[in-house]
Amino acid sequence: MTINWYGIAAIYTFEMNRMWRTIGQSVVSPVLSTSLYFIVFGAAIGSQMQEIGGVSYGAFLVPGLVMLSLLTQSVSNAAFGIYFPKFTGTIYETLSAPISAIEIVIGYVGAAATKSLILGAIILLTATLFVELRVAHPFWMLFFLILTATTFSLLGFIIGIWAESFDQLQIVPLLVITPLVFLGGSFYSIDMLPPFWQNVTLLNPVLYLVSGFRWSFYEISDVSPLISVAFILAFTTVCVTIVWWIFKTGYKVKS
Amino acid sequence: MTTLISVNKLEKEYDNGFKALKSVDLQIEEGEIIALLGPNGAGKTTLISAICGIVNPTGGSVTVGGFDIINDFRKTRKLIGLVPQELTTDAFETVWATVSFTRGLFGLPRNDAHVEKILKDLSLWDKKDNKIIQLSGGMKRRVLIAKALSHEPRILFLDEPTAGVDVELRKDMWNVVRRLREDGVTIILTTHYIEEAEEIADRIAVIRAGEIIVVEEKNTLMKTLGKKTLTLELADPIKALPDSVSSFGAELAEDGQTLTYRYDANAERKGITRLLTALASDGIRFSDLSTSQSSLEDIFVDLVSSQGDAA
Repeated sequence: MTINWYGIAAIYTFEMNRMWRTIGQSVVSPVLSTSLYFIVFGAAIGSQMQEIGGVSYGAFLVPGLVMLSLLTQSVSNAAFGIYFPKFTGTIYETLSAPISAIEIVIGYVGAAATKSLILGAIILLTATLFVELRVAHPFWMLFFLILTATTFSLLGFIIGIWAESFDQLQIVPLLVITPLVFLGGSFYSIDMLPPFWQNVTLLNPVLYLVSGFRWSFYEISDVSPLISVAFILAFTTVCVTIVWWIFKTGYKVKS
Repeated sequence: MTTLISVNKLEKEYDNGFKALKSVDLQIEEGEIIALLGPNGAGKTTLISAICGIVNPTGGSVTVGGFDIINDFRKTRKLIGLVPQELTTDAFETVWATVSFTRGLFGLPRNDAHVEKILKDLSLWDKKDNKIIQLSGGMKRRVLIAKALSHEPRILFLDEPTAGVDVELRKDMWNVVRRLREDGVTIILTTHYIEEAEEIADRIAVIRAGEIIVVEEKNTLMKTLGKKTLTLELADPIKALPDSVSSFGAELAEDGQTLTYRYDANAERKGITRLLTALASDGIRFSDLSTSQSSLEDIFVDLVSSQGDAA
């Protein structure tokens, strides 16, 4: 089987260049907002909070904040990356090129995931300025980081294909992802909630990501890390299936 | 000549039930320039889009260089460069970057010398570091052509290349087209400027309401369908034509001084001698005489409207 490596590289590089060009909104603004979270929640409010599972509140926050950026940035980067050529019409070129659907996805999603990972790394580094970090399971930390960035970039890609306006492009990250992250135990352990809300939170998919990711740092988690791993793999499968279906049917891409 | 593109019973029905292509058959020969002529909405762009892979056909098949466009899409698409009708460009990229991007997308390694040559050929070299958003419409059109040529295609599709383009660019573009043809590149262009097709194409396909109604060598088409017109300037104005003359179908202009007679250039009996004899016997003298051949435009209008009457 032949693979159009140059084609994948062209899309990937194109998307990465877009990031360097818009470095302000791609990197600076998420880093700034994360720093603000650290100052407000970690330093100001955190000093009044007791430790959670033997971890200071500031340190407890870090995995949640990284996930917050990872999820929102993966989705919006990938969504914008594919929506824009659809919007301007330049997608004609990709459709008429000797490149398969899977190669197109690798290019776009790979670039979006890379950006999120760079961002995640920067936020982790920023965090070390505020709190002392330790990583108990580096392999699993990278596992969650990479798989989450990839899967949510896939989700973003799907949203970008689906969206027919800039409004729709914003709506999912804003109205779905952000609330799920805030309510998914990014800033607290679900033990702190009344039992009813604990059960509701168990329906929130983001809980499993944050919990697993936090476990890889501090070995404390709201749900078993195995369930987290199973969950992220299942979610990846769902996204891959939808993307496969999109290209099989040409949904909103080809007529 | 060998057939390079073979379109067989190609159909496209959109979800809303609109049939953009109705069983289209078309063979395109290697190295020729073929013009797809037709009114707006006839299906020209749909046909091109289907061959290039942008539109999924709902029936029939297409082969390019002997390969099926669906099963062997990598082989067929590498052969093709497409210049779309709309000026769709990445506004914030530089000219150089966007042309290089296309080359990569089509699976070729970087080749700065080739990109440089294309940009120079299209008078884009001094704009290579400009962002596309800073370019004029004509320059953007050149960029689209450069992109289409970046991967050294054997086939070039030009979809309405001269719509809204100034004279200079039009000349430049036809020079590029001629040069490409000398290199053996097959060129398919759509246009509704008939004089363009007349000037540059080897063959003409007329498409109307999703059907190809004529495919013919340009010269043959003009010969077989062409009518000639005989124009006589009368020495003295007359009020009306005598019956002996008007029975041939000759017409008198309002000034009473110009007589026109249209005849089939290929007919065995063209009726010219009889017309002139009739004029002489009625004592009508003429001071000048000329004949002219109908243009492709007249042929086209004839074709499209007569088919319209039939439908």
